[in-house]
Amino acid sequence: MKQHDSGGAGLQTRDRLPAGLTDADLLRMYEWMVLARSLDERMWLLNRGGQAAFVISGQGHEAAQVALASALQVGKDVLVPYYRDLGMALVFGLTPRDLMLSLLGKKGDPTSQGRQMPGHFSSRRLNIITGSSPVATQVLHGAGVALAAKLRGEDTVAMTCVGEGGTSEGDFHEALNFASIHHLPVIFVVENNGYAISVPQRKEMAVASVAERAAGYAMPGVTVDGLDPIATYVVAREAVDRARSGGGPTLIEAKVHRLTPHSSDDDDRTYRPAAELQEERAHDPIPMFRARLMELGVLSEQQEKEIRDRVKAQINDATEFAEQAPYPDPSELMLHVYGA
Amino acid sequence: MATKLLIDAIRDTMFEEMRADERVIVMGEDVGKRGGVFRVTAGLVDEFGENRVIDTPLAEASIVGVAIGAAFHGLRPIAEIQFFDFIHPAMDQILNEAAKIRYRSAGDFNCPIVIRTPYGGGVHGALYHSQSIEAIFTREPGLKVVAPIMPSDAHGLLKTAIHDEDPVLFLEHKKGYRLVKDEVPDNDGAIPIGKARVVQEGSDVTIITYGMMLLESLAAAKKAAEKDGTSVEVIDLRTLRPLDRDAILGSATKTGKVLIVHEANKIGGVGAEVAAMIAEEAFAYLDGPIMRVAGAEVPAMPYSPPLEHAYLPNQEKIGAALDRLAAY
Amino acid sequence: MSTTSRGTTVRLPQLGESVTEGTIGAWLKQVGERVDKYDPLVEITTDKVNAEVPAPVSGVILEIRAEEGNTLPVGAELCVIDEGGTAAGTLAPAAQPPAASEPASRANGHGAGTRPPRAGGGEADVLRTRSSPAVRRIAEEHGVDIGRIQGSGLGGRVTKQDILRYVDEQHAAPPTPPVEVAPPPAAVRAAGRAIEEIVTGPRPGEIVARPAPQPAAPPPPVAQLPAAAARPEVAIWEGDQVLPVGAVRRQIAEHMVRSERTAPHVTLWMEVDMSGVVASRARAQERFRQEEGFELTYVPFVIKATVHALREHPYVNAVWDEERIIRRKAINIGVAVALDDGLIVPVIKHADDKSIVGIARAVRDLALRARAGRLTVDEVQGGTFTVNNPGTFGTVLSTPIIVQPQSAILSTEAVVKRPVVVEDAITIRPMMNLSLSIDHRILDGLSAARFLGTVKHWLESVRPDTPLY
Repeated sequence: MKQHDSGGAGLQTRDRLPAGLTDADLLRMYEWMVLARSLDERMWLLNRGGQAAFVISGQGHEAAQVALASALQVGKDVLVPYYRDLGMALVFGLTPRDLMLSLLGKKGDPTSQGRQMPGHFSSRRLNIITGSSPVATQVLHGAGVALAAKLRGEDTVAMTCVGEGGTSEGDFHEALNFASIHHLPVIFVVENNGYAISVPQRKEMAVASVAERAAGYAMPGVTVDGLDPIATYVVAREAVDRARSGGGPTLIEAKVHRLTPHSSDDDDRTYRPAAELQEERAHDPIPMFRARLMELGVLSEQQEKEIRDRVKAQINDATEFAEQAPYPDPSELMLHVYGA
Repeated sequence: MATKLLIDAIRDTMFEEMRADERVIVMGEDVGKRGGVFRVTAGLVDEFGENRVIDTPLAEASIVGVAIGAAFHGLRPIAEIQFFDFIHPAMDQILNEAAKIRYRSAGDFNCPIVIRTPYGGGVHGALYHSQSIEAIFTREPGLKVVAPIMPSDAHGLLKTAIHDEDPVLFLEHKKGYRLVKDEVPDNDGAIPIGKARVVQEGSDVTIITYGMMLLESLAAAKKAAEKDGTSVEVIDLRTLRPLDRDAILGSATKTGKVLIVHEANKIGGVGAEVAAMIAEEAFAYLDGPIMRVAGAEVPAMPYSPPLEHAYLPNQEKIGAALDRLAAY
Repeated sequence: MSTTSRGTTVRLPQLGESVTEGTIGAWLKQVGERVDKYDPLVEITTDKVNAEVPAPVSGVILEIRAEEGNTLPVGAELCVIDEGGTAAGTLAPAAQPPAASEPASRANGHGAGTRPPRAGGGEADVLRTRSSPAVRRIAEEHGVDIGRIQGSGLGGRVTKQDILRYVDEQHAAPPTPPVEVAPPPAAVRAAGRAIEEIVTGPRPGEIVARPAPQPAAPPPPVAQLPAAAARPEVAIWEGDQVLPVGAVRRQIAEHMVRSERTAPHVTLWMEVDMSGVVASRARAQERFRQEEGFELTYVPFVIKATVHALREHPYVNAVWDEERIIRRKAINIGVAVALDDGLIVPVIKHADDKSIVGIARAVRDLALRARAGRLTVDEVQGGTFTVNNPGTFGTVLSTPIIVQPQSAILSTEAVVKRPVVVEDAITIRPMMNLSLSIDHRILDGLSAARFLGTVKHWLESVRPDTPLY
């Protein structure tokens, strides 16, 4: 089990950017993160304003998600996400409009035509596999996708994600077991934000870190600072390269912060110490990355403003679009139970 | 055409389909080298290799879950659960995942897997090697459930199941494996899912049944005909979901007297749904109450022979019910 | 949230599943203060979540309508914001998802049936007096009193076999062996239709069409044959062949009797010069046969003429209903089709929508399916006028019986070449007689003759260029 961070303090100059990351890559990652956060915040607002029945999201996870997804080949590799993976869904091609339609349960929602609660990302066209609400069932599907890819002789990689709470489910262990026996090209990502709704990590597992579990499956396991997108990207690339070259699966534990309650139906003031939340907010990955990029000379104030404006315009457009969109007709209820 | 046992018909079908389409794979415990604990998959791994015939770990959720994932990425997996009794850990993957994938993605994704498993008792298998729990699955929209007993039906329905774009639970009666024989076509003769078969026509009473109880019902019907001249129509459902409404209602309206027979428990069983359908849609044609003969209402089939015998329906019990209904 | 003439009212939103009320906490904005869209207005506490309600629009707080510390239901008014003339897009209130409507359960029950006796009697009595749905249905259809039948079922119950045997005995000669009655078609039974809808059924047990279950309407009174005692017995002589009366024959018999008894029949005849029709048909025949795959007959012309005449004389397209006459808007032409064992009358619905060729196709389709026993219940009911064609068998005159509850029926007779006088000269023309029977309760000789004259005139006006399509 290895610990990774990119040694932020030591990275003073652009020449030392690892893993072939260019300025453009960094700016793109940053913009994805800003887009994810802004979309996320708008969704919560709509919920508090009474328009959206339910929100579940990934504020605090953005750096890790964007970095992990960026290490994959979008259009070729397969994502099997869980409900917090808003950032990953955006990188893989679901748009703010798509996600707003899903939030409001409107017709045209590509993930489910308004049938699923928000947070169930799905698109065959974009290689995002449909998921459900029971936790960790998708981890087995990730292993299955990788099995098929291998049997078909492809160099496609599957990435499947779950929270640290999901690693207690049997399906998680069965998936790691199967994938490691057959050296499957799948990356198991655990976005560890320390809480499974209200249950903290120490009540969820006896091991100090999730990555230690990998040893039980003879699989490489890595813990990385999920607040640092560059460090996470490095780790992700290593795992992707390993999978693509036939080296088998990897377990990546990205340590992140959960800056909101579990969902809009949760009140974390009943179980989270205020000081802890404040501390985590003080280490919000987005302002931290912004500061870093400015320090490196990659991001200027002007560029920052442009990004913010662009993102705001997209969010407002998506909100308006989804609000105007019609609901699915009740006559659609009986469709798609079976195929033709 | 060749006369085959049920087990051979199933195995031969898998050979045919795996030869025809390299996307078809088989996965389950002991399916490879051992050829399956009943030897249903014997020989497959020798011809198709370990990549397509996979010996899985002892973990039912993963047998189905990995199959679902593989189906997402273009394969046509046949997942085998060693005994129906052990399918419970895979319920989440079957009911919450497989059955709901098409509906929840509004048709963007579908789940073309087949889950094969031996079910049924009368083989001294006791509580955990004899279960008939199909009723848990037949209530699930999005899932198809078939239970052919005649080898030709097994052949035809397995073919259809493998090509079906939706998940199919394919139930194989373990007692029937080496007991039931009939003529099976060579590599054609696909049978549509959702169609029952009128095994023998009659006019006084209808028996609707499936599985090994088909044989018991036919024997009881023969006796009733010889003894009292009762003309019994016997229908093999073959598919448990979706039920063949036309066949069921057609026969009910014709005879007006229906007896449903199955090995599984009566309460909440497939027979309950058939009875409700007839009562709701053919009420005007009923000339007697809809009756059911089913397995005893106990948690499962016991081991000791007299207890197992007491649990199971048989031609005597069916005959007694037939007599009562015919005389009503 | 709603818009009043003074501004936008902000209401307490539903802040979580199953949340029905909230307690107002601290107000973060004051009256008169300017707010931007999405600014937090007030803190709300619920038993599930605590939140700040954001402003749905930008503007100035006009009024605060909820006090701190009060617990209010979801939807209660919180405050009013004056947007001050800015055309701000109002946020649509969260619409309730349409409630799934439960399909109304459709009981197909046929009434209460016989009630079991309350006092004494016991279970045997219950079984004997109560009848199964199948038995009650058969009893209703044939006007049979179940109590008169000896039951062979459990506890003396009258079974389906018992009543079917009884019904057959009412209609068959005594020494016949037990009759193998083909179970009546399900489609007819399910509808519980009046006798005039005659269906030759599919094979036993086969369902042709499943009409949507409807509440059982009491079937119209069925003509009852006189009780067996009043009928003189018919003796059998050596060499006679005794045949059972099948269901279809019985139904036809009952219908004919009833029709004759209820409607006073008068028949009128007219001669029609069919030379125009003959020429038109000859001209079109080859192309028609090629395109359609069958021969064009005179029948579609006659039906077209009839439709035209019904439009001109709508009083013929009517039904006698005791206290009133119902003039049908739809023109649905029944076309009698002869079968081996009887007759059936499928209906061309809205025949006025069709051209001659369209009518020809419809007739062909219905006739083929009638002979194959593949008509649906819907296709043999709802006729408003019937056309019959005995002329194919060679008749020159007939007195057809009206198909109830219509008010007239037209028969076309054989087309025969005859010498006729045209403009004081003798010439040979293909002549066809039309026989029209009318119900003299609804129609009189004059109106009937007018109608028939219109049919004749139309047919005699057919030219080779008369459009068939």
